[in-house]
Amino acid sequence: MNCIIIDDEEMARAIMIQFIANYTDIEVVADFSNAIEAIKFLNQNEVDLIFLDIHMPNFTGFDFIQTIKNPPHIILVTSDRNFAIEAFEYECIVDYLVKPITKDRFIKAVQKAIFMKTNASSKEVNPKGEDNVNEFYINIDRRLIKIEMASVNIVEAKGDYIHIKTDGKNYIVHSTLKKIEDKLPKDLFLKVHRSFIINTKKIIDIEDNSVLIAKDVIPVSRANRPELMKRLNLL
Amino acid sequence: METPNLNYINELSGDNEEFKIKIIDILKRELPVEVQVYQEEIEKANYTQAAKAVHKLKHKVSILGLEKSYYIASDYEDNLNGNSVALKNDFEAILKAMQEFVIQL
Repeated sequence: MNCIIIDDEEMARAIMIQFIANYTDIEVVADFSNAIEAIKFLNQNEVDLIFLDIHMPNFTGFDFIQTIKNPPHIILVTSDRNFAIEAFEYECIVDYLVKPITKDRFIKAVQKAIFMKTNASSKEVNPKGEDNVNEFYINIDRRLIKIEMASVNIVEAKGDYIHIKTDGKNYIVHSTLKKIEDKLPKDLFLKVHRSFIINTKKIIDIEDNSVLIAKDVIPVSRANRPELMKRLNLL
Repeated sequence: METPNLNYINELSGDNEEFKIKIIDILKRELPVEVQVYQEEIEKANYTQAAKAVHKLKHKVSILGLEKSYYIASDYEDNLNGNSVALKNDFEAILKAMQEFVIQL
Protein backbone atom coordinates (compact mmCIF):
# COMPACT_ATOMS: atom_id res chain seq x y z
CA MET A 1 0.00 0.00 0.00
CA ASN A 2 1.31 3.46 -0.82
CA CYS A 3 0.32 6.98 0.12
CA ILE A 4 0.93 10.66 -0.36
CA ILE A 5 0.75 13.48 2.19
CA ILE A 6 -0.71 16.90 1.43
CA ASP A 7 -0.22 19.57 4.09
CA ASP A 8 1.11 23.11 3.79
CA GLU A 9 2.90 22.76 7.14
CA GLU A 10 6.30 21.12 6.87
CA MET A 11 6.07 20.20 10.56
CA ALA A 12 2.87 18.23 10.01
CA ARG A 13 4.33 16.43 7.00
CA ALA A 14 7.49 15.51 8.91
CA ILE A 15 5.50 14.09 11.81
CA MET A 16 3.29 11.99 9.52
CA ILE A 17 6.27 10.68 7.58
CA GLN A 18 7.84 9.65 10.88
CA PHE A 19 4.69 7.91 12.11
CA ILE A 20 4.24 6.08 8.81
CA ALA A 21 7.88 4.91 8.80
CA ASN A 22 7.80 3.80 12.42
CA TYR A 23 4.43 2.18 12.79
CA THR A 24 3.12 1.07 9.39
CA ASP A 25 4.09 -0.87 6.27
CA ILE A 26 2.86 1.92 4.05
CA GLU A 27 5.23 3.60 1.62
CA VAL A 28 5.15 7.39 1.30
CA VAL A 29 5.68 8.00 -2.40
CA ALA A 30 5.49 11.79 -2.23
CA ASP A 31 4.53 14.69 0.00
CA PHE A 32 3.17 18.06 -1.07
CA SER A 33 2.80 21.47 0.49
CA ASN A 34 -0.13 22.34 -1.77
CA ALA A 35 -3.04 20.53 -3.36
CA ILE A 36 -2.37 21.71 -6.92
CA GLU A 37 0.98 19.91 -7.05
CA ALA A 38 -0.69 16.80 -5.64
CA ILE A 39 -3.36 16.88 -8.35
CA LYS A 40 -0.65 17.02 -11.02
CA PHE A 41 1.01 14.02 -9.38
CA LEU A 42 -2.26 12.07 -9.22
CA ASN A 43 -2.86 12.68 -12.91
CA GLN A 44 0.22 10.56 -13.58
CA ASN A 45 0.26 8.18 -10.62
CA GLU A 46 -2.10 6.00 -8.61
CA VAL A 47 -2.04 5.93 -4.83
CA ASP A 48 -3.96 3.90 -2.26
CA LEU A 49 -4.23 6.47 0.48
CA ILE A 50 -3.93 10.23 0.97
CA PHE A 51 -3.27 12.08 4.21
CA LEU A 52 -4.91 15.41 3.57
CA ASP A 53 -4.97 18.71 5.44
CA ILE A 54 -8.19 20.70 5.15
CA HIS A 55 -6.94 24.24 5.68
CA MET A 56 -4.51 25.11 2.95
CA PRO A 57 -4.09 28.44 1.21
CA ASN A 58 -6.10 28.94 -1.99
CA PHE A 59 -7.24 25.34 -2.32
CA THR A 60 -8.78 23.53 0.64
CA GLY A 61 -8.80 19.80 1.29
CA PHE A 62 -12.47 19.64 0.33
CA ASP A 63 -11.77 21.53 -2.93
CA PHE A 64 -9.13 18.91 -3.59
CA ILE A 65 -11.48 15.98 -3.01
CA GLN A 66 -14.09 17.48 -5.31
CA THR A 67 -11.49 18.03 -8.02
CA ILE A 68 -9.98 14.58 -8.32
CA LYS A 69 -11.79 11.80 -10.13
CA ASN A 70 -12.25 8.55 -8.23
CA PRO A 71 -10.44 9.68 -5.08
CA PRO A 72 -8.61 6.94 -3.18
CA HIS A 73 -9.12 6.50 0.54
CA ILE A 74 -8.38 9.70 2.42
CA ILE A 75 -7.48 10.39 6.04
CA LEU A 76 -8.14 14.01 6.88
CA VAL A 77 -5.61 15.66 9.16
CA THR A 78 -6.57 19.02 10.58
CA SER A 79 -6.44 21.33 13.59
CA ASP A 80 -10.13 21.97 13.13
CA ARG A 81 -12.72 19.75 14.71
CA ASN A 82 -15.58 21.63 13.08
CA PHE A 83 -15.55 19.78 9.79
CA ALA A 84 -16.19 16.30 11.14
CA ILE A 85 -19.76 16.08 9.91
CA GLU A 86 -18.93 17.45 6.48
CA ALA A 87 -15.95 15.10 6.29
CA PHE A 88 -17.96 11.95 6.75
CA GLU A 89 -20.28 12.92 3.94
CA TYR A 90 -17.52 11.85 1.56
CA GLU A 91 -17.42 8.15 0.87
CA CYS A 92 -13.65 8.23 0.34
CA ILE A 93 -12.84 9.67 3.78
CA VAL A 94 -11.97 6.86 6.16
CA ASP A 95 -10.96 8.87 9.20
CA TYR A 96 -10.47 12.34 10.63
CA LEU A 97 -7.38 13.08 12.70
CA VAL A 98 -7.10 16.20 14.82
CA LYS A 99 -3.66 17.76 15.23
CA PRO A 100 -1.49 17.23 17.15
CA ILE A 101 -1.73 13.63 16.07
CA THR A 102 -1.05 10.96 18.66
CA LYS A 103 0.60 7.68 17.83
CA ASP A 104 -2.34 5.49 18.89
CA ARG A 105 -4.91 7.51 17.01
CA PHE A 106 -2.72 7.57 13.91
CA ILE A 107 -2.24 3.80 13.92
CA LYS A 108 -5.98 3.30 14.36
CA ALA A 109 -6.73 5.50 11.35
CA VAL A 110 -4.22 3.65 9.18
CA GLN A 111 -5.60 0.27 10.26
CA LYS A 112 -9.04 1.49 9.27
CA ALA A 113 -7.73 2.52 5.84
CA ILE A 114 -6.02 -0.86 5.36
CA PHE A 115 -9.20 -2.66 6.40
CA MET A 116 -11.24 -0.63 3.92
CA LYS A 117 -8.71 -1.24 1.17
CA THR A 118 -8.76 -5.01 1.73
CA ASN A 119 -12.55 -4.98 1.79
CA ALA A 120 -12.76 -2.92 -1.37
CA SER A 121 -14.08 -5.82 -3.44
CA SER A 122 -17.11 -6.30 -1.21
CA LYS A 123 -17.63 -2.54 -1.33
CA GLU A 124 -17.89 -2.70 -5.09
CA VAL A 125 -20.91 -4.96 -4.72
CA ASN A 126 -22.40 -2.43 -2.32
CA PRO A 127 -20.90 0.90 -3.43
CA LYS A 128 -22.38 2.99 -0.67
CA GLY A 129 -21.11 0.58 1.95
CA GLU A 130 -24.05 1.55 4.10
CA ASP A 131 -24.52 -1.90 5.54
CA ASN A 132 -21.06 -1.76 7.07
CA VAL A 133 -21.58 1.55 8.84
CA ASN A 134 -23.22 1.30 12.19
CA GLU A 135 -22.30 4.63 13.67
CA PHE A 136 -21.70 8.27 12.87
CA TYR A 137 -19.89 11.07 14.64
CA ILE A 138 -21.16 14.43 15.78
CA ASN A 139 -19.18 17.46 16.82
CA ILE A 140 -20.11 18.86 20.23
CA ASP A 141 -17.89 21.43 21.95
CA ARG A 142 -14.85 20.35 19.97
CA ARG A 143 -15.38 16.69 20.80
CA LEU A 144 -16.31 14.07 18.25
CA ILE A 145 -18.94 11.90 19.81
CA LYS A 146 -19.76 8.51 18.36
CA ILE A 147 -23.43 7.65 18.04
CA GLU A 148 -24.62 4.15 17.31
CA MET A 149 -27.27 4.46 14.63
CA ALA A 150 -29.46 1.83 16.25
CA SER A 151 -29.57 3.90 19.45
CA VAL A 152 -31.15 6.90 17.70
CA ASN A 153 -34.87 7.26 18.40
CA ILE A 154 -35.70 10.44 16.54
CA VAL A 155 -34.04 13.36 14.81
CA GLU A 156 -35.83 16.69 14.81
CA ALA A 157 -34.97 19.73 12.70
CA LYS A 158 -34.78 22.96 14.69
CA GLY A 159 -33.74 25.89 12.50
CA ASP A 160 -30.06 25.54 11.66
CA TYR A 161 -29.74 22.66 14.13
CA ILE A 162 -30.90 19.12 14.51
CA HIS A 163 -31.91 17.53 17.78
CA ILE A 164 -30.80 13.90 17.98
CA LYS A 165 -32.55 11.86 20.65
CA THR A 166 -30.98 8.51 21.49
CA ASP A 167 -31.72 5.83 24.09
CA GLY A 168 -29.36 7.44 26.56
CA LYS A 169 -28.78 11.07 25.63
CA ASN A 170 -29.97 13.95 23.52
CA TYR A 171 -27.68 16.05 21.33
CA ILE A 172 -28.10 19.35 19.51
CA VAL A 173 -25.90 19.60 16.43
CA HIS A 174 -25.41 22.27 13.80
CA SER A 175 -26.57 20.38 10.71
CA THR A 176 -29.60 19.71 8.54
CA LEU A 177 -32.16 16.95 8.47
CA LYS A 178 -31.18 16.21 4.86
CA LYS A 179 -27.54 15.61 5.80
CA ILE A 180 -28.33 13.17 8.57
CA GLU A 181 -31.04 11.49 6.49
CA ASP A 182 -28.39 10.63 3.90
CA LYS A 183 -26.24 9.08 6.63
CA LEU A 184 -28.90 6.96 8.28
CA PRO A 185 -29.80 3.50 6.92
CA LYS A 186 -32.96 3.70 4.84
CA ASP A 187 -34.31 0.38 6.08
CA LEU A 188 -34.31 1.60 9.69
CA PHE A 189 -35.10 5.30 9.49
CA LEU A 190 -37.94 7.16 7.83
CA LYS A 191 -38.72 10.82 7.42
CA VAL A 192 -42.31 11.04 8.60
CA HIS A 193 -42.61 14.82 8.66
CA ARG A 194 -40.62 17.72 7.25
CA SER A 195 -39.07 18.19 10.71
CA PHE A 196 -38.78 14.58 11.90
CA ILE A 197 -36.92 11.39 11.07
CA ILE A 198 -37.79 8.39 13.18
CA ASN A 199 -36.26 5.01 13.89
CA THR A 200 -39.11 2.75 12.81
CA LYS A 201 -37.93 -0.03 15.13
CA LYS A 202 -38.55 2.24 18.11
CA ILE A 203 -42.22 2.89 17.43
CA ILE A 204 -44.40 2.07 20.43
CA ASP A 205 -47.72 2.87 18.84
CA ILE A 206 -49.33 4.80 16.02
CA GLU A 207 -52.44 6.87 16.34
CA ASP A 208 -54.00 8.77 13.46
CA ASN A 209 -51.31 11.21 12.37
CA SER A 210 -48.71 10.62 15.06
CA VAL A 211 -46.36 7.96 16.36
CA LEU A 212 -45.16 7.40 19.91
CA ILE A 213 -41.41 6.82 20.29
CA ALA A 214 -40.08 6.62 23.85
CA LYS A 215 -41.95 9.53 25.43
CA ASP A 216 -42.23 11.63 22.29
CA VAL A 217 -45.29 11.98 20.15
CA ILE A 218 -44.11 12.64 16.61
CA PRO A 219 -46.38 14.06 13.92
CA VAL A 220 -46.71 12.09 10.68
CA SER A 221 -47.53 14.09 7.59
CA ARG A 222 -50.25 12.85 5.28
CA ALA A 223 -47.76 12.41 2.43
CA ASN A 224 -45.43 10.21 4.49
CA ARG A 225 -48.05 8.08 6.18
CA PRO A 226 -48.42 5.49 3.34
CA GLU A 227 -44.66 4.74 3.40
CA LEU A 228 -44.76 4.38 7.17
CA MET A 229 -47.70 1.98 6.98
CA LYS A 230 -45.86 -0.05 4.33
CA ARG A 231 -42.97 -0.55 6.76
CA LEU A 232 -45.15 -2.03 9.47
CA ASN A 233 -45.53 -5.74 9.93
CA LEU A 234 -49.30 -5.56 10.21
CA LEU A 235 -51.25 -8.56 11.46
CA MET B 1 0.28 31.11 32.13
CA GLU B 2 1.45 27.78 30.74
CA THR B 3 5.08 27.17 29.93
CA PRO B 4 6.06 25.77 26.54
CA ASN B 5 7.70 22.36 26.74
CA LEU B 6 9.07 19.57 24.58
CA ASN B 7 6.94 16.78 26.03
CA TYR B 8 5.07 16.07 22.80
CA ILE B 9 8.21 16.30 20.67
CA ASN B 10 10.08 14.00 23.06
CA GLU B 11 7.24 11.52 23.01
CA LEU B 12 7.12 11.72 19.24
CA SER B 13 10.87 11.24 18.84
CA GLY B 14 11.44 8.49 21.39
CA ASP B 15 15.13 7.75 21.18
CA ASN B 16 15.40 9.06 17.64
CA GLU B 17 17.59 12.10 18.28
CA GLU B 18 17.93 12.81 14.58
CA PHE B 19 14.17 13.18 14.20
CA LYS B 20 13.98 15.40 17.28
CA ILE B 21 16.62 17.73 15.82
CA LYS B 22 14.72 17.79 12.54
CA ILE B 23 11.43 18.73 14.21
CA ILE B 24 13.07 21.48 16.26
CA ASP B 25 14.78 22.77 13.16
CA ILE B 26 11.42 22.98 11.35
CA LEU B 27 9.90 24.67 14.38
CA LYS B 28 12.65 27.28 14.39
CA ARG B 29 12.08 27.99 10.71
CA GLU B 30 8.30 27.83 10.50
CA LEU B 31 7.26 29.58 13.70
CA PRO B 32 8.75 33.04 12.94
CA VAL B 33 7.30 32.95 9.42
CA GLU B 34 3.82 32.03 10.66
CA VAL B 35 3.97 34.68 13.40
CA GLN B 36 4.99 37.29 10.86
CA VAL B 37 2.10 36.37 8.56
CA TYR B 38 -0.27 36.70 11.52
CA GLN B 39 1.13 40.10 12.52
CA GLU B 40 0.90 41.46 8.99
CA GLU B 41 -2.74 40.43 8.64
CA ILE B 42 -3.63 41.89 12.05
CA GLU B 43 -1.93 45.18 11.17
CA LYS B 44 -4.00 45.34 7.99
CA ALA B 45 -7.11 44.48 10.06
CA ASN B 46 -7.62 41.58 7.66
CA TYR B 47 -9.23 39.41 10.29
CA THR B 48 -10.28 36.48 8.10
CA GLN B 49 -6.70 36.01 6.92
CA ALA B 50 -5.44 36.57 10.47
CA ALA B 51 -7.79 33.79 11.61
CA LYS B 52 -6.20 31.48 9.03
CA ALA B 53 -2.77 32.38 10.39
CA VAL B 54 -3.95 31.65 13.94
CA HIS B 55 -5.37 28.35 12.75
CA LYS B 56 -1.96 27.36 11.43
CA LEU B 57 -0.22 28.52 14.59
CA LYS B 58 -2.58 26.42 16.72
CA HIS B 59 -0.71 23.29 15.69
CA LYS B 60 2.54 24.77 16.99
CA VAL B 61 0.78 25.78 20.21
CA SER B 62 -0.20 22.19 20.82
CA ILE B 63 3.15 20.80 19.71
CA LEU B 64 4.77 22.92 22.41
CA GLY B 65 2.52 21.29 25.00
CA LEU B 66 0.32 24.35 25.62
CA GLU B 67 -2.96 22.57 26.13
CA LYS B 68 -5.03 25.39 27.65
CA SER B 69 -3.49 27.95 25.32
CA TYR B 70 -4.70 25.85 22.41
CA TYR B 71 -8.28 26.60 23.42
CA ILE B 72 -7.50 30.31 23.74
CA ALA B 73 -6.07 30.20 20.21
CA SER B 74 -9.16 28.36 18.99
CA ASP B 75 -11.50 30.90 20.56
CA TYR B 76 -9.41 33.75 19.20
CA GLU B 77 -9.59 32.21 15.73
CA ASP B 78 -13.39 32.11 16.06
CA ASN B 79 -13.42 35.72 17.26
CA LEU B 80 -11.35 36.87 14.30
CA ASN B 81 -13.68 35.07 11.94
CA GLY B 82 -16.44 37.11 13.54
CA ASN B 83 -14.43 40.33 13.08
CA SER B 84 -13.60 40.62 16.78
CA VAL B 85 -10.12 40.91 18.26
CA ALA B 86 -11.16 39.75 21.72
CA LEU B 87 -8.38 37.55 23.22
CA LYS B 88 -5.76 39.26 21.03
CA ASN B 89 -3.56 40.12 24.00
CA ASP B 90 -3.86 36.63 25.48
CA PHE B 91 -2.97 35.00 22.16
CA GLU B 92 -0.04 37.32 21.53
CA ALA B 93 1.30 36.57 25.03
CA ILE B 94 1.22 32.88 24.08
CA LEU B 95 3.08 33.63 20.85
CA LYS B 96 5.70 35.60 22.77
CA ALA B 97 6.25 32.74 25.21
CA MET B 98 6.55 30.28 22.32
CA GLN B 99 9.04 32.43 20.44
CA GLU B 100 11.18 32.98 23.53
CA PHE B 101 11.17 29.24 24.20
CA VAL B 102 11.96 28.22 20.63
CA ILE B 103 14.81 30.70 20.26
CA GLN B 104 16.59 29.00 23.16
CA LEU B 105 16.38 25.51 21.68
